[in-house]
Amino acid sequence: MPETKTKAKKSSRKKSDALAEHGISDELALELMRDMLLYRRFEEKAEEGYAIGKIGGFCHLHIGQEAGAAGSIKPLRDDDYVMSAYREHTQALAKGVHPNAVMAELYGRKDGSSGGKGGSMHIFDADCRFMGGHGIVGGQVPLATGIAWKIKYRGEETVSLVFMGDAAVNQGGFHEALNMAAVWNLPAIYVVENNEYGMGTAFSRVSRTDMSTKAVPYGIPSHTVDGQDVLACYAFFRDLADKVRHGAGPQFVDLQTYRFRGHSMSDPVSGTYRSVEEVLQAKEERDPIALLRDTLMEAGVLDQETLEEMDAEARQVSLDAADFAEASPPPGPEALYANVWAEINPNGRLFFDRRPESEEAS
Amino acid sequence: MAVMTYREALNEALREEMERDPDVFLMGEEVAEYDGAYKVSKGLLEEFGEQRIVDSPISELGFTGLGVGAAMAGLRPVIEFMTFNFAFLAIDQVINSAAKMYYMSEGQFPMPIVFRGPTGAALQLSAQHSQACETYYSHAPGCKVVTPGTPADAKGLLKAAIRDNDPVAFMEGESLYNFKGEVPDDDDFVIPLGVADLKHEGGDVSLITHGKMIHVALQAAQKLEKDGIHADVLDLRTIRPLDMDAILESVKKTNRAVYLEEGWPYAGTGAQIVSMIQEEAFDDLDAPIIRVTQADVPMPYAKNLEMLAKPSANHVIEAVNKVLYR
Ligand SMILES: Cc1ncc(C[n+]2csc(CCOP(=O)(O)OP(=O)(O)O)c2C)c(N)n1
Ligand SMILES: [Mg+2]
Repeated sequence: MPETKTKAKKSSRKKSDALAEHGISDELALELMRDMLLYRRFEEKAEEGYAIGKIGGFCHLHIGQEAGAAGSIKPLRDDDYVMSAYREHTQALAKGVHPNAVMAELYGRKDGSSGGKGGSMHIFDADCRFMGGHGIVGGQVPLATGIAWKIKYRGEETVSLVFMGDAAVNQGGFHEALNMAAVWNLPAIYVVENNEYGMGTAFSRVSRTDMSTKAVPYGIPSHTVDGQDVLACYAFFRDLADKVRHGAGPQFVDLQTYRFRGHSMSDPVSGTYRSVEEVLQAKEERDPIALLRDTLMEAGVLDQETLEEMDAEARQVSLDAADFAEASPPPGPEALYANVWAEINPNGRLFFDRRPESEEAS
Repeated sequence: MAVMTYREALNEALREEMERDPDVFLMGEEVAEYDGAYKVSKGLLEEFGEQRIVDSPISELGFTGLGVGAAMAGLRPVIEFMTFNFAFLAIDQVINSAAKMYYMSEGQFPMPIVFRGPTGAALQLSAQHSQACETYYSHAPGCKVVTPGTPADAKGLLKAAIRDNDPVAFMEGESLYNFKGEVPDDDDFVIPLGVADLKHEGGDVSLITHGKMIHVALQAAQKLEKDGIHADVLDLRTIRPLDMDAILESVKKTNRAVYLEEGWPYAGTGAQIVSMIQEEAFDDLDAPIIRVTQADVPMPYAKNLEMLAKPSANHVIEAVNKVLYR
């Protein structure tokens, strides 16, 4: 458990200043620690669930990238919207989706956030305004732009924040969406979780230009943020969301991070496209949990005992989530045909594999 | 009854629905200042303002996805495609996002959105501008497909489509916009989705069709009358939901059927209908069902070749003669 036991290398900057610099209280800093520990332990539990065959399909873990979830979502309001791609479990937790509902969804169970019909890549929670979970690389970017459109249309004071991977900026939809957001001055925050790779393809191999240039042609302000430094993230997104909610228009954020696991559960941690050494070095130097731990310990805000208590709690919540998922039944066969249509028209057939008599059962 | 063009009928439907519900907005290329590429949205910008009648950049994927996101968040967008030929750029957002959202969120996000514009061929626009696109949309559970062929149907069905809580691909016809017809004067004339309309009655053979092909079928039916053959012309009006009862009723009466559509034969709408008829009314059939479609080639430009490629009344009459063993 390197996150709670090992000391990371000392950085030159005086760590005890970090909280004051970012205007973050001790309590908030500890809360962020608690959140990130939960995300880490939750994902480890999912990893375990996958290994023993409880979770199927594609499962993409966020381990190593937790600061981006906590640091960008926690400063938002409950009525702000968050949307993401398929590496979204921890972002859902950050937006308030219950760990039990997320884990049960990964298990494909009835009590999952999508009743077991979405799976790992499609976590949704309308009440929490967590807008999914989308599996087509870049597909969520226009969608989130539409949410921002609605905010402006209704004159609301919320924001639409959307995550995408570095690979998504090479999709046409990304460029189309950013252009429209700029033209219409929409309250959208585009966050690239730049973990340097899209599956096995290093970003530098598929782009001649730096990430920070991608929104420039559209006249959208671009920001580069250390996505491993949760305090910096929190302060940055707190201020940014405030500006956007008051009319600053769309923003683009290159959130620099690194993925500690393989692309998905079927992909080894290192592999042909990156070396073991590279991954080890990142884990050693860029673990967001270890970085916060060191900062808080040096500032005297956190001690070993408290850290271990927090960690135990995170493990317990994750274990409880797995137990809950295990106890939840799989969706019944009646769920198969449910919720294909929001409106079953009284006339005509909507389903084509069954006769009208059986259609009524849906 | 007022007589108006198909274009005016659509315009009225849009205006009435926008007056009725402030969450309805229209977005697409040239819909605002230019009044629409086919002038369907004429005058609406003046009436509703630029927040609700919105000129988009030429970004089909982008503005379609934007509409879908706006629908997720509670608005009721009408997304106009200049033609459905250009909607291939956007079909990912229609199928992967709009049609699947309600299901994969287990009912948390209904998707009340209309994608509308002309489908199929006009005159000599050649391969990339002359494609009937219905089946791409009707193929996907979660997406409704509506194909009005007359002004009255255009108005009543567009109003129903905008009020429906699922994504609707609403497919018009370039060559129909100037077509005139009677439209009921009701304050609120709505035609429910899923109800076919018998456009011509006869007992000898069922001509089943949809969209602008109803006019080809009616032409064929008139010619056949002179020969003493009386055809039912059944206009499906909506492909999903599909009024199978009306199809079966007609086929059980005539025992012979021809399916006419503008698109290609392979896995076309007719293929689906034929499969269902043989499954559910096999014993009522006195002849194999024949389909009349566009030639199985991309649309050529040359006038004579285009004529050959398009399904015509003569093709329909030939097919009718076959199913009547004449
Ligand atoms: C349109 C599309 N193409 C390809 C894929 C397959 N795919 C899934 S994830 C992925 C890489 C995406 O990388 P990135 O956007 O950097 O996100 P990360 O996985 O690093 O979080 C690819 C190619 C897909 N899901 N969608
Ligand atoms: Mg990546």
